[in-house]
Amino acid sequence: MTNKLSALLGWIDARFPLTALWKSQLAEYYAPKNFNFWYYFGSLALLVLVMQIVTGIVLTMHYKPDSSLAFGSVEYIMRDVPWGWLIRYMHSVGASMFFVVVYLHMFRAMLYGSYRKPRELLWIFGMLIYLCLMAEAFFGYLLPWGQMSFWGAQVIVNLFDAIPFVGPDLALWIRGDYAISDATLNRFFAFHVIAVPLVLLALVAAHVIALHEVGSNNPDGIEIKKHKDPKTGIPLDGIPFHPYYTVKDMLGVAAFLIVFAVIVFFIPEMGGYFLEKNNFIPANSLQTPTHIAPLWFFTPFYSILRANVFNFLWIPAKLWGVLSMAIAVVIYFFLPWLDRSPVKSIRYRGPIYKMALTLFVISFVTLGYLGTLPVDPLRTVLAQIGTVIYFLFFFLMPWYTRLDKTKPEPERVRW
Amino acid sequence: MVKGVLLAVLLAPIMAFGSEELQLDTAPVNLYDKISLQRGVHTFVNYCLTCHNAEYMRYKRLEDLGLTDEQIKYDLMLAVAKRIGDPMTVAMDGKDAKDWFGATPPDLSLVARSRGADWLYTYLRSFYRDKTTHTGWNNTVFPNVGMPHVLHELQGTQVLKTEVETDAQGHKHEVQQLVLQSPGTLTPLQYDMMVADLVNYLVYMGEPERTFRIKLGIYVLFYLALLFAVTYMLKKEYWKDVH
Amino acid sequence: MADNNEVDHARRRFLIAATTAVGGVATVATAVPFVASMMPSQRALAIGAPVEVDIGKVESGMKLDIEWQSKPVWIVNRTKDMLATLPTLSNRLVDPNSEVPHQPPYCKNLTRSIKPEYFVVVGICTHLGCVPTFRPEKAPPDLGPSWPGGFFCPCHGSRFDLAGRVFKGVPAPTNLVVPSYRYVNDTKILIGENPKAAKS
Repeated sequence: MTNKLSALLGWIDARFPLTALWKSQLAEYYAPKNFNFWYYFGSLALLVLVMQIVTGIVLTMHYKPDSSLAFGSVEYIMRDVPWGWLIRYMHSVGASMFFVVVYLHMFRAMLYGSYRKPRELLWIFGMLIYLCLMAEAFFGYLLPWGQMSFWGAQVIVNLFDAIPFVGPDLALWIRGDYAISDATLNRFFAFHVIAVPLVLLALVAAHVIALHEVGSNNPDGIEIKKHKDPKTGIPLDGIPFHPYYTVKDMLGVAAFLIVFAVIVFFIPEMGGYFLEKNNFIPANSLQTPTHIAPLWFFTPFYSILRANVFNFLWIPAKLWGVLSMAIAVVIYFFLPWLDRSPVKSIRYRGPIYKMALTLFVISFVTLGYLGTLPVDPLRTVLAQIGTVIYFLFFFLMPWYTRLDKTKPEPERVRW
Repeated sequence: MVKGVLLAVLLAPIMAFGSEELQLDTAPVNLYDKISLQRGVHTFVNYCLTCHNAEYMRYKRLEDLGLTDEQIKYDLMLAVAKRIGDPMTVAMDGKDAKDWFGATPPDLSLVARSRGADWLYTYLRSFYRDKTTHTGWNNTVFPNVGMPHVLHELQGTQVLKTEVETDAQGHKHEVQQLVLQSPGTLTPLQYDMMVADLVNYLVYMGEPERTFRIKLGIYVLFYLALLFAVTYMLKKEYWKDVH
Repeated sequence: MADNNEVDHARRRFLIAATTAVGGVATVATAVPFVASMMPSQRALAIGAPVEVDIGKVESGMKLDIEWQSKPVWIVNRTKDMLATLPTLSNRLVDPNSEVPHQPPYCKNLTRSIKPEYFVVVGICTHLGCVPTFRPEKAPPDLGPSWPGGFFCPCHGSRFDLAGRVFKGVPAPTNLVVPSYRYVNDTKILIGENPKAAKS
């Protein structure tokens, strides 16, 4: 039997680099041995992606992308389709969990300088994935055709209106109509189900390929390839991904599934943060809900948008809002070049960076929370302070990272 | 300066609260009380289904409440529905409703998920007589609502009394209170219980799967705990190699 | 990276097996809802549910068309003359005694029905699925002098008698399908349910 199997393997290997791939990507791909808690989220992101695709496929079997049928088809899935409710909740909770996982994954990069040379392109691919994810969530949220779906899309597409000269035509082109309508729903369905997922899959492949080309960073921010075993060429602080990280990631998956199951089975609405109450009302183009808020993962940027209330330098406040929101996302791309510290990891950075990062996190979370609430004068001031801190973290980075008193990096990794 | 900014930023979430919320009574929801749900669905069919649809709820699903097909057919199904698998819809035309009430009565299948049980429980007990409105009724939870007080024979007639109160510091406040002016066929306690059963049913109808979902979740978590234990032991065993 | 202790291979094999088993069961259990979601939904089941039909208004010699499970079902009120013709056709038919189970057991008789007059049948030709036409008249010009009355399928020329039994020498291989049905009372039948006393 084993002879037959190895003969089969030989037949395949002569035609497809199966064993070669297994060795180069898993069994003989060396990753730093000191990965900690922050390193689970890459494989978890991949898990959530697969799960969203599989649940999404089943949902597409029953969902109807027509403005008069969409809302009803979602309730049909919840009530009439066997196990439809479970698949729907897995998809809606999965969407939010995708962002939880991705934000933690990105934060790891900020902690350990994983975006620094030679991993700038890896970081750029990751940022492109993040943008695609935001687009995917935005397109997907219109599909249930609830009040929040409709009005959220209306508000965001109207933002494009603010762009000088091309704005109104651009918004008309995106919508396919003068307001969010059946035409918009159908095309957002096409984007959500096939266009963006294909781009996402390509980007994820590029992301992993770029990672494997340079090898992973680690919590100490030092390059393990600097010290290799003279005989084997294997990094001294490296361990083969398989079996060590396949086994460790399985544990991560089990832990994640517990959190995921608790939410899906006991609190799928998450108090209105994962499934908003107003979305249980069918879309009504003649009546706006009293309080529109995007889903929680967009709220930091929404806060920044709303914080811009001043007309300044003959640019209206609305355009400033759109610009600052866009810059707030795009600025991440420049992180590899903004960070001028001689060390990569926060373990060896000085007090200025630690303070800056702490302030950044607090402002991001506060902006996020404020974004879920209606505006009032006090909250607007807080959002403005948060926005300033947020931007200063990036704009002042070249200066304070050079100024900071760093500690010497070790030669070999530490746990 | 940094400390001040830090303080402001840390206190932000707390200061973010502050807007007034309507005071709602807590609805005593218990989805495991099938008798309550049965009473609730009878009230729903007798009083609500005359104007409101529940188009996502099929009659046959009511077997969940412990009812037989015969009971559903003869006690609950309106003439509009032909078969037990049909949804709970009404004969009234939406356009007519708009003419009579000013707005089409909304579908109630998901009202417990969009408004919440507490809102519904308080709303159904907060109607009061108001000669200035179209229907002659108003509601403290939903001012100028187009819906008349369908249950007024049972509750009786409430009126809104405004009183001026003086507090300990000598400040005067206007306090509004609903007062029962003439009694209905039920006592206030009986009426509250009836509304509680009705709201219980509306919560059930918003998500009939809920009790099953919770039960299944417990089994799934037990199993995942087992999976976690096994993967943990496997990881620990292999990582003995790594120093 | 030298390990001080010896690798306990037996323990590793056991733990791998245990994880595979627990994980495998989890994977199968997770797959169940996805596969099951493709089964007919409550809406499909509701639409396919038994249909009650009022046959009191069907006049003698006439056919009533209704829909059940998205299929055409006919109810023909056969005249005494029509019923009298049925026993005379045996040697012209492929399956005169309805041996092939295209009818419920309680309709395995000469008239292929519960009550002789009312014939309930699914109006789909057993050849390739067209809907045959109702030709109760004897010997019309286009069907020839030996046509005793029955159903004629225009697609490929299959012929059935007034009990839905297929004639020899036509493309259709079997008799028309009689669905399960029962009498609720003398003027109402419920299509899609067996009579309460009958056992399958």
